[in-house]
Amino acid sequence: MSSLAQSHLRETFELNIGPQHPATHGVLRIKVVMDGEYIDRAEPILGYIHRMHEKMGENRTWNQFWPNMGRLDYLSAIAYNHCYAGLVERAMEIVVPERAEYIRVITAELNRIQSHLLGFGAYIMDLGGFTPLMYAMDEREQILDLLESVTGSRLTYCYFRFGGVYNDIDDDFITGTRAFIKRFRPQIPIYHKLVTGNVILMDRLIGVGPVSAEMCRKYGATGPVLRGSGVNYDIRRNEPYSVYPELDFDIPVYKECDSMARYMVRMDEMVQSCRIIEQALDKLPEGPVMAEKVPKALKPPKGDFHFAVEAARGTFSMRTVSDGTNTSYRMRLRSPTYSNVSLFEEASRGMLLSDALAFLGSLDPVIPEMDR
Amino acid sequence: MSGYFTDIITGLKSLAVGLQITNKEFLTKPITLQYPHEAVKMTPRYRGHIELIKDPETGMNKCISCGMCEKGCPSGCITVKSEKRPGVKGKVLTAYILNFTTCSLCGQCVENCKPGAIGFSNEYNLASTRREDYIFDLLRKLHPEGIPEPEVDPELLKKELEKQEAAKQAAAAKKEPAKKAPAAEGGELKAEEKS
Repeated sequence: MSSLAQSHLRETFELNIGPQHPATHGVLRIKVVMDGEYIDRAEPILGYIHRMHEKMGENRTWNQFWPNMGRLDYLSAIAYNHCYAGLVERAMEIVVPERAEYIRVITAELNRIQSHLLGFGAYIMDLGGFTPLMYAMDEREQILDLLESVTGSRLTYCYFRFGGVYNDIDDDFITGTRAFIKRFRPQIPIYHKLVTGNVILMDRLIGVGPVSAEMCRKYGATGPVLRGSGVNYDIRRNEPYSVYPELDFDIPVYKECDSMARYMVRMDEMVQSCRIIEQALDKLPEGPVMAEKVPKALKPPKGDFHFAVEAARGTFSMRTVSDGTNTSYRMRLRSPTYSNVSLFEEASRGMLLSDALAFLGSLDPVIPEMDR
Repeated sequence: MSGYFTDIITGLKSLAVGLQITNKEFLTKPITLQYPHEAVKMTPRYRGHIELIKDPETGMNKCISCGMCEKGCPSGCITVKSEKRPGVKGKVLTAYILNFTTCSLCGQCVENCKPGAIGFSNEYNLASTRREDYIFDLLRKLHPEGIPEPEVDPELLKKELEKQEAAKQAAAAKKEPAKKAPAAEGGELKAEEKS
């Protein structure tokens, strides 16, 4: 303990982490009241990259809102595409061809691996190790190339459409994905050898940033944060959508509640995603990739609709109130990082500053998604 | 005390295992490309900015100036300018302006285009320090040597002229019985001029 913390003076000072700080992964500002090296109170201040996505959803036509879906969480954009497609399809009662559903799952899971890879690399870089990022980037590049060959973009995907997907996948993509999985599987034990078993990493992560299941419930945290706290909750299982019920995969859950548990959930999820992709490729049926008779000018019936998906960072859900016109009356986006980071204030109390940054990294925030 | 030493040993071991991997990787071939000298091959589906597609038969664009791309664009970055020319069927595209600074490459315009006049280009070297460089006239880009004039169909021109003539006559015929006053005014004017 520092001498300041031990003294009765309790002399505190304010420290701003961010908004321009590499450890915050974007423009997140955390106002910290420090007591020596220890955090007295930490307050995340959001809004530096607020772009009014919800309001845009109310002003644009349903089709025009598509590009916004790639710009919320730019690391797992396909899951967000999936949510929006599912929402409007539920409202319009559009039946999606099975092949399109499988393609959606394959691309979404590839995107999840990509997101976790970057999350893993960037997290280790936050902790001071630069090399793993390069390893992760190597594999991630393969995924980006694969996704680019079908979606046409590398990061801000706008690939799904109401009633299907924009492009059909070809044999090159299928063989490329199989080759990637074959190449990627042996990489994960290498990451574990290089990073997870490292004594420095273990000292920095084990027992750091305890987030109980109770706290997760209180703040609505989802995704790897919740599953790292021992709660087996995954939208793909609990509220199944698309063709996930037909696929066999496990939900990794760790009971340790610390940063290491959250890190391990992400690493294990990559393995499970590989399993999902392989099964989906095996089961991929022939057929069209777009539903017939999807009107160009969409006018969903009056009503209140909701759809949720499991994005890489947790539950992303959209709720819309339609008044029967060509724009939404109210568009609500519930993003996982917002809830995940909101528990930072309570959980980081009394933490060392360096531990707090390790903890923040384990929440894996993506700021544009938090601010929307 | 023994825990202290085992900690050191296991710690050193874990570092050695990690170093083994990095050393192995050190001896492999680098995967990075030396960008300006060698470039990644673009996939055919790469979605760059939109471009007008040349019709191989006529050597012109296929745009019919319906404005569906303009309407469908979420950010309103497309402006289509067209005019009617005598002897040419439909409207003639005079400028297709894309404001690339606000384009989000969603592809709504390409999907909305019924005649398939626009597609995605593979261009990605678009760095510039000037904003004006991102306001493209796609028609000019399609024909850098100069925009060719559309072919005039003599039959259509003749028909159009006949139609115009007929319309004029019809208008005049309509005017005469209905309104006599303007004709009278005209007569007065003429009379004034004479005097």
